[in-house]
Amino acid sequence: MSGVRVLVGTRKGAFILTSDEKRQKWDVCGPHFAGWEIYHLKGSALNPDRIYASQSSGWFGQMMQRSDDAGKTWEPVGNDFGYNGDPGTHMWYDGTQHPWEFKRVWHLEPSLSDADTVYAGVEDAALFRSTDGGQSWTELSGLREVKGHLWQPGAGGMCLHTIILDPNNPNRIVIAISAAGAFRTDDGGTTWLPINKGLHSPYELPDPDADVGHCVHNISMHPSRPNVLFMQKHWDVLRSDNAGDMWHEVSGNLPTDFGFPIAVHAHEPETIYVVPIKSDSEHYPPDGKLRVYRSRSGGNEWEALTNGLPQSDCYVNVLRDSMAVDKLDSCGIYFGTTGGQVYGSPDSGDTWTPIVRDLPPVVSVEVQTLS
Amino acid sequence: MIRVVLPAHLRTLARVGREIELDVPGPVTQQSVLDAIEAQYPMLRGTIRDATTLRRRSLVRFFACQQDLSHEPPDAPLPEAVVKGIEPYLVVGAMAGG
Repeated sequence: MSGVRVLVGTRKGAFILTSDEKRQKWDVCGPHFAGWEIYHLKGSALNPDRIYASQSSGWFGQMMQRSDDAGKTWEPVGNDFGYNGDPGTHMWYDGTQHPWEFKRVWHLEPSLSDADTVYAGVEDAALFRSTDGGQSWTELSGLREVKGHLWQPGAGGMCLHTIILDPNNPNRIVIAISAAGAFRTDDGGTTWLPINKGLHSPYELPDPDADVGHCVHNISMHPSRPNVLFMQKHWDVLRSDNAGDMWHEVSGNLPTDFGFPIAVHAHEPETIYVVPIKSDSEHYPPDGKLRVYRSRSGGNEWEALTNGLPQSDCYVNVLRDSMAVDKLDSCGIYFGTTGGQVYGSPDSGDTWTPIVRDLPPVVSVEVQTLS
Repeated sequence: MIRVVLPAHLRTLARVGREIELDVPGPVTQQSVLDAIEAQYPMLRGTIRDATTLRRRSLVRFFACQQDLSHEPPDAPLPEAVVKGIEPYLVVGAMAGG
């Protein structure tokens, strides 16, 4: 029987929510790693029982965990994220140079072709790869050679938070960093190009059209069309139809184009979802109404999805890795909030129900579709 | 045997109880005790001190015999009561809210 497994990372542990294909009754398992910050969990597409988790603590640093039985048991794996050579410096908030320092793993992306290969995006921004199931990690340091001295932290830190693997081209990876921008490799991670043409950041950068330095919040892609990328930037929602070579804005009629996550429908490559947030200083929905916005035209024309979501006095945020979709015939959409709710929609966003209401603040949501 | 008390999160990680016992060869110093902890419980590498520099993590403290040893040199001998197993060596998460 088919179903879904929703992997939820929170400020105080991980939770695994499971349901059958109806997605009406949910089993909630957790907290795993109680008391630790779980920035991200993600399962392997090749072996769904294999799940990787980033476990961190301001006191005790970074741990990495791996499960080979769908989250029932976990084993610590390697947590040595040493930068290659002298990592040098990057720009600090005040414009001075600051040493590169590892802080935590923000995002894990298991390989599409090898169950033992997994990528990790870290703060201070860098990309690491493990080819032994997470036991050891090697930096793909060519990335930081792309004007790394001009990268700077966003409000959440200088994090590499998005890793997109091209399903048709194993040598192509797109990543995004706050606040450095988007970058692409076409040779498996040895060399990288900034892909930020068309981004415009007049309030964040002295040169609004600079080739690095933009605060990209999230990028999403439909696997059937890897050259089409959708981006939620600090301000602006954008798309690229040439793998990031050029971007153009598709914010259209959104009530505000600030936000964090962006997601693509599992079966409709031109249907995309964002959660507008009032501003960079007011991290909550406009008018106290939690609304997901859906565009069925790849942007520009957006409709508010509100059925089942609180439409008054709601002041939560939805963080960048906190929205995901399942691949069931009727595509499910899920997102988590800083208020501890995880909402699910079994019908592409038409109706919503809280799966859980009172978790710790949600940092990430991923979905595994089970057959 | 050297007795060591770990903070709750590290006990969970290492799957041990409140107190562990270690056989520490040679001079008993903070460094040799931490080396022994990491040898016996490799999953704790990097959680108490940086895995590369071996510097104490900033929100971790070391106490023993009612003294704060956090800023003592890593190769300084530990108190006799710790060496003889009368008093435990405490690895403590600093009070920092949360």
